[in-house]
Amino acid sequence: MNVIVGLEIHCQLDTKTKLFCGCSTDYRTDGPNTHVCPVCLGLPGSLPVLNRKAVEYALRVAKALHCTVPEESVFSRKNYFYPDLNKGFQITQYDKPLAVSGYLDIEGDEGEKRVRITRVHMEEDPGRLVHKGGADRPRYSLVDYNRAGIPLIEIVTEPDLRSPREARRFLNKLRATLEYLGVFDSEKEGSLRVDANISIEGSERVEIKNITSYKGVEKALTFEVTRQKNALRRGQKIVRETRHFVEARGVTTSARSKEMEQDYRYFPEPDLCPLRVADWVDGIVLPELPDARRQRFMDQYGLSLIHARTLTGDLRLAEFYEKVAGTDPALAATWVADTLLGELNYRDMSISSVPPDVFSGLLSLVRARVITDRNGVDVLRVLLDELKEKGTCESPEACAERLGLRALPADSAGGDDPVTKAAREALAENPRAVEDYRNGRKEALNFLVGQVMRKTRGCAKPADVNRVLASLLGEGA
Amino acid sequence: MAEGMLTFSPDDRYNAFLRTVSPARYGEGRLRGIPVAIKDNISTAGIETTCGSRILSGYVPPYDATVVSLLKKEGAAIVGKTNMDEFGMGSTTENSAFGPTKNPRDETRVPGGSSGGSAAAVAAGLVPLALGTDTGGSIRCPAAFCGIVGLKPTYGRVSRYGLVAYANSLEQIGPMAADVAHANLLMSVIAGHDPKDSTSLDAPYSHTPSMEIRGTRIGIPEEFFGEGVDPRVASVVWDAISLLERKGAEIITCRMPSMAYALAAYYVTCMSEASSNLARYDGVRYGPPADVRKPWHEAFQERRREGFGLEVRRRIMIGTFALSSGYYGKYYAKAQAARRNVREDFGRLFAEVDVIAGPTMPTVAFRFGEKSDPLAMYLSDILTVPANLAGVPAISVPCGKVEGLPVGLQIMGRWMEDERVIDVAYAYEQGANP
Ligand SMILES: [Zn+2]
Repeated sequence: MNVIVGLEIHCQLDTKTKLFCGCSTDYRTDGPNTHVCPVCLGLPGSLPVLNRKAVEYALRVAKALHCTVPEESVFSRKNYFYPDLNKGFQITQYDKPLAVSGYLDIEGDEGEKRVRITRVHMEEDPGRLVHKGGADRPRYSLVDYNRAGIPLIEIVTEPDLRSPREARRFLNKLRATLEYLGVFDSEKEGSLRVDANISIEGSERVEIKNITSYKGVEKALTFEVTRQKNALRRGQKIVRETRHFVEARGVTTSARSKEMEQDYRYFPEPDLCPLRVADWVDGIVLPELPDARRQRFMDQYGLSLIHARTLTGDLRLAEFYEKVAGTDPALAATWVADTLLGELNYRDMSISSVPPDVFSGLLSLVRARVITDRNGVDVLRVLLDELKEKGTCESPEACAERLGLRALPADSAGGDDPVTKAAREALAENPRAVEDYRNGRKEALNFLVGQVMRKTRGCAKPADVNRVLASLLGEGA
Repeated sequence: MAEGMLTFSPDDRYNAFLRTVSPARYGEGRLRGIPVAIKDNISTAGIETTCGSRILSGYVPPYDATVVSLLKKEGAAIVGKTNMDEFGMGSTTENSAFGPTKNPRDETRVPGGSSGGSAAAVAAGLVPLALGTDTGGSIRCPAAFCGIVGLKPTYGRVSRYGLVAYANSLEQIGPMAADVAHANLLMSVIAGHDPKDSTSLDAPYSHTPSMEIRGTRIGIPEEFFGEGVDPRVASVVWDAISLLERKGAEIITCRMPSMAYALAAYYVTCMSEASSNLARYDGVRYGPPADVRKPWHEAFQERRREGFGLEVRRRIMIGTFALSSGYYGKYYAKAQAARRNVREDFGRLFAEVDVIAGPTMPTVAFRFGEKSDPLAMYLSDILTVPANLAGVPAISVPCGKVEGLPVGLQIMGRWMEDERVIDVAYAYEQGANP
């Protein structure tokens, strides 16, 4: 049973002002209805004036997705009633979108894969309802128009995706591309919303509306695949319908069929002129995009494909890596991709909360063997906890010092350095292991190394311990 | 003394004003201290703006329409808001939620509409200047019925920012005055480019009317004197055209076949746009609030049912139908095609003539209640809607009387040739009243 998935992705464009007025888009930390004017409130008599920057941003996306930009595109009105809708219609694009027929290459389930893009169009975000007195049965709702008029692009794919995992990979790649283009900020709350169409080959298509997180898309689709496959196995028919994703419970529920019958009565927006911007496209110079940067990371830093892909999969991560790559790009790649990412994930932190110079400092300590790899991880954990808690942290040196995690010296002439001392003690306390070793059971050495590491609380460098033990055991022979 | 206050206490026995402002502030400029009346669908900061509708009662805009800012900049005193058919939907001003306006020339008759309040205020001498708006004749019809001058400018020549939308692609704000010179003066103040209106043209208007029309070719379409046009009105208008001929104009009869579809194209377009424009009046933001104890869609329905008058509800419903899927191609798309035909007709004619002339209205002012059948009312717009469909300028200038009631001569010009339209009207006016 083949799974067929297509996505409609709404992204807020990261412009300074709204799509049709001069109001600031930086509303998230301010009170409700503070970033509004007659235009974005939809007051009677107000008229929209298109934001040139938003068009440029949308065209960057169109170009990066290899789309064709038709000679003329047209804004239309999508008419429907909803309390958050200031004008009783949304200005969007309908039969003449900004861009059509593009593609985006992703790492699919079976290797490199081309996902076709049907169209990219521009539209305005509606306002937002704030429900008061409980989410399930709100006593009343308030309307906040700060969001009204924020520029959105809608990107529609062909039904080319074959699994929930592929859908997630597509989204990740798309997000990275948009961020590389400098037109989108995925860290802003509510900046991305996804509708997904999913069907099992041969049966009806189901639309899942308004998924608001990246992880949510994969979860919602996974739930739908199971639900639909089970229904088909039981001999039931899949009904063509719209479903909502309930993020908290990880399930989709059937929306009232009334929404399916909605007739939006699209017609051209008479207050805006047709858009003729096809000739702007040639003038757009795209920045380095994820695929190009991945190749450069492999060429310039000698990274493996896997490391290069991970490190370029997110703009902030890639930029972070380049800041800390320094004199040992291979060491930095391992530390960022294999260690740091996992620790950040575990703490639900973003890469932007880590100061690159702090991390570079840590890498220098590890590289100079001032601390061991293992203690490096411990220092990192402590620093991340501090960053998460108060946004700043001590220096890696200070942290290592404070925790007594500095690597111990092991090369004093008189043999009174801590590693040699610990080794002597270990040998004295474990005569059996010493004997075993001398009788040729070389694995006994591992046991002794472990004992020394324990006594030095991990601050001895493994190479030092091996060398000192070998030398002491050799002396006694 | 740069600023002053004007006391305004008109004897408004015609119900021309919905509200007056007194004393009204004025300043320095070309219109220093001149009282100007504003149609109630034009936003005035701090002054209630209802569009003649209950659904907007209590709505006080926080901003001035661009034309109002321009008037203030030239020192005008904004003395009041004038009555109108609700949201501009009507040709008599009987559709106002706040009672009809009476025609100062005959109080048993309507002043025309929808800018009936502005026309009556000027005709009664309450103000020398007023702003009207014209979607399908709403300036020219009341100008003709009340015996004053009204100009519908070229689409885009006057900013629509702040004009509460009825049918965006058709309507323009324009000047209304007792004579052409005053209409010209008001036009020169309100016209010009406005970055807040994307359909605004960059064409300032600075013109001194000239009565020299020798060699001007005036086209007279047969259709403007066809069925439904009162022969007495036709005769008065022909007399006016003869006067223009005597002044040196060349009269050329012609045909405008697209007139057959103009009215249908007009009504489908304006009702469709209106159904969308008026969706925002849902009881959340304006007028008496929706009942919050009910589900929102029920509360919206109730608010809209009670807040809108009969004609407005009729046009919203027809417009909604015309845009609905399955009917869009049959109605809205067809109306746009017919509209292109009208534009092409004008283009063809304007290759041979400089202006087109005919009656503004097929009859003189109706008696109250005479056009209670909506279709009969719609038919009376047949001579004014072509100019709106094509976006070209058109003026109505008084040209005589039938049984004591004024008749308007309509002159339509090429796109952007508002000045020529003014000149021909001026030539007639000066020739008729030497
Ligand atoms: Zn705004």
